[in-house]
Amino acid sequence: MTYLTLSSSDQSKIVIKPSRGWVSLKLRELWEYRELLYFLTWRDIKVRYKQTVLGAAWAIIQPFLTMVIFSLFFGKLAKVPSDGIPYPIFSYAALVPWTFFANGLSQASNSLVASANLIKKVYFPRLAIPLATVFSGVVDFAFAFMVLIGMMLYFGAAPTSNVVWLPLLLLLAFVTSLGVSLWLSAMNVQFRDVRYTIPFLTQFWLFATPIAYPSSLLSEPWRTLYGLNPMVGVTEGFRWALLGTDTAPGPIIIVSSVMALLLLVSGAFYFRRMEKTFADVV
Amino acid sequence: MSNIAIQVEGLSKRYHIGGKQESYKTLRDTLTNAFVSPFRRAGKLLRGQATGAAESDETIWALKDVSFEIKRGEVVGIIGRNGAGKSTLLKILSRITEPTNGFAEIYGRVGSLLEVGTGFHPELTGRENIYLNGAILGMKRAEIDRKFDEIVEFAEIEKFIDTPVKHYSSGMYLRLAFAVAAHFEPEILLVDEVLAVGDAAFQKKCLGKMESLSSLGRTILMVSHNLPTIQALCSRAIVVHQGRLVRDTSSHDAVRYYLDDIRAKAANIPLDKRDDRKGTGAIKFHHVEVADSQSENGAIYTGNDISITMAFKTYRRVPNCNFGLHIQNSLGQIIYRITTRDTIGSILSIDHDGCISCKIAQPRLLPGTYEVKIFASSMGENLDEVFVATRFEVLPADIYGTGNTPQNGIVYAIPEWRLNGKEIRQSGAKPLPVKRSRDVRCMCG
Repeated sequence: MTYLTLSSSDQSKIVIKPSRGWVSLKLRELWEYRELLYFLTWRDIKVRYKQTVLGAAWAIIQPFLTMVIFSLFFGKLAKVPSDGIPYPIFSYAALVPWTFFANGLSQASNSLVASANLIKKVYFPRLAIPLATVFSGVVDFAFAFMVLIGMMLYFGAAPTSNVVWLPLLLLLAFVTSLGVSLWLSAMNVQFRDVRYTIPFLTQFWLFATPIAYPSSLLSEPWRTLYGLNPMVGVTEGFRWALLGTDTAPGPIIIVSSVMALLLLVSGAFYFRRMEKTFADVV
Repeated sequence: MSNIAIQVEGLSKRYHIGGKQESYKTLRDTLTNAFVSPFRRAGKLLRGQATGAAESDETIWALKDVSFEIKRGEVVGIIGRNGAGKSTLLKILSRITEPTNGFAEIYGRVGSLLEVGTGFHPELTGRENIYLNGAILGMKRAEIDRKFDEIVEFAEIEKFIDTPVKHYSSGMYLRLAFAVAAHFEPEILLVDEVLAVGDAAFQKKCLGKMESLSSLGRTILMVSHNLPTIQALCSRAIVVHQGRLVRDTSSHDAVRYYLDDIRAKAANIPLDKRDDRKGTGAIKFHHVEVADSQSENGAIYTGNDISITMAFKTYRRVPNCNFGLHIQNSLGQIIYRITTRDTIGSILSIDHDGCISCKIAQPRLLPGTYEVKIFASSMGENLDEVFVATRFEVLPADIYGTGNTPQNGIVYAIPEWRLNGKEIRQSGAKPLPVKRSRDVRCMCG
């Protein structure tokens, strides 16, 4: 029995004592609070679409316009190669998971500060806040993805059987986004400078990821090492699964997955370590 | 353990004052510090001023070595002045912040009401906010489903349940927020000053809910500035002073101890040593006292006359001196503004130290805490003005002889009822208690 259950909780006991150094992640407790996580996610989604005039259209406009610009400048003018696929769909297939990643990152990094009122008044596992924010991006992703399907029909690009890996690739983007967000959101509580670095970070990261160009521009040992940027695995994976680019990104994805997990685990521990100061500092 | 709900051992919490004032630092400062401070310390070492630890910035113990035990079903109040550590204690027990030292063990499901409406989102509808707020407080979805209708009915907002709460009036908002909180029924409830918000009817609802919770055998730990509430609801109370637990006794004794302490402190810090005042200082108040001339034990009861006595020093001759005072209630509303100029005309000429007292017959003050502001002026010149020169507590008394104490409003009335022209009185009504009158003498002779 835990303190959350309604039944007689004679056995339930909460011990409050100062924590020192690195603390456990308390994932079980996070699981107990899964309903709160659900409601926070649901709130983020509702509020996002209620407060904007165009609502869900934003989820499409952002990657779509970027695709148009990329197609014009990189595809038409600079003649960047696109692995033999029409450039618009080549870049859009990468922009969809990228937008999910980048929006999740920038919103989640500010999420703790935005929820200062909650943090100062109620106890719950703080991990739920950035987690819910990144989760809520899945809806935007779904809208943008529908446009991707439309484009595939238009360009006559049939998905390969590799498409079954798509959910795992989305998970990889999720893990990366959350991992970075955990680091940044916890730091943002202490140092508000972090907020200002995020636009730079995402912009820089955008060009460090093969979205406007293919990773096949690199020759082999370097191409796999490129996977140290987890978003390389995600974007190349999306193209591989959906558009059947013949460059099977196996090694890249393995490197990217290991890196993403490292980011997530280290981020989670850092977050938990800083968590005790949140209510006092935020 | 079966009988214990909360056990607290040596709980302490240290805050860095600097960190508290500027709530966040910039990365640059930290980097600069990280870079510079080793050199600074090395420099100190060389100059032989080495200190063992790193430079200690100023810290304050918001809570120091607090230990107590609360049994299941007890309703315990925490009293103390602002900044005494009451809220810090509740924050630690509700796990919002961590203690620096010590530990606490809580047996049972804890809920905290540190503020109603926490997590309400203006864009969401009433219905959506009930679920969101419920989840934030720690309710399960099934539990909210079950209580949903009850909550809506309690809040009296059936018609607006699907309207975004940003369109609610402040009253509706508050009712809804409280309704959710009130239907959250944990085994152990931590309450911080929730009763201080809202109108009297709302506060009554809060009190009623707390009473029913306590009658259900729930454990309640509450912070309130409202001493009568503590006395009425709590069987036991803890007095905190400067982060330390100084009394743990029956609520009645705790309140008395706290009030005595405040009075003693007020007497110990002379009025003339206080610098929270305005004025040129030609006249300076050095003592102020509020007394109930009809009461025998020094306390002030509702229904009795009160006297405010102010002693002052005079540093030059002041013609046309005007003395005045405000009596304000705990909400800061001015109940009385009384000046010598308005009530007796500008006839005072002061050239010696002295003492002036003002007796107010039947001030009709409700039970509660009041503050007294005193001032002296002369022809537009502010001589001395102390905003909260003193506080006093008016205790309830059975003024109507019915056992009911007036509660709501600013002051109470002394009504005379007639039915069909014939005066009606409560059977067996006693006349107002007349106590031995005691002359209030000036303490400066």
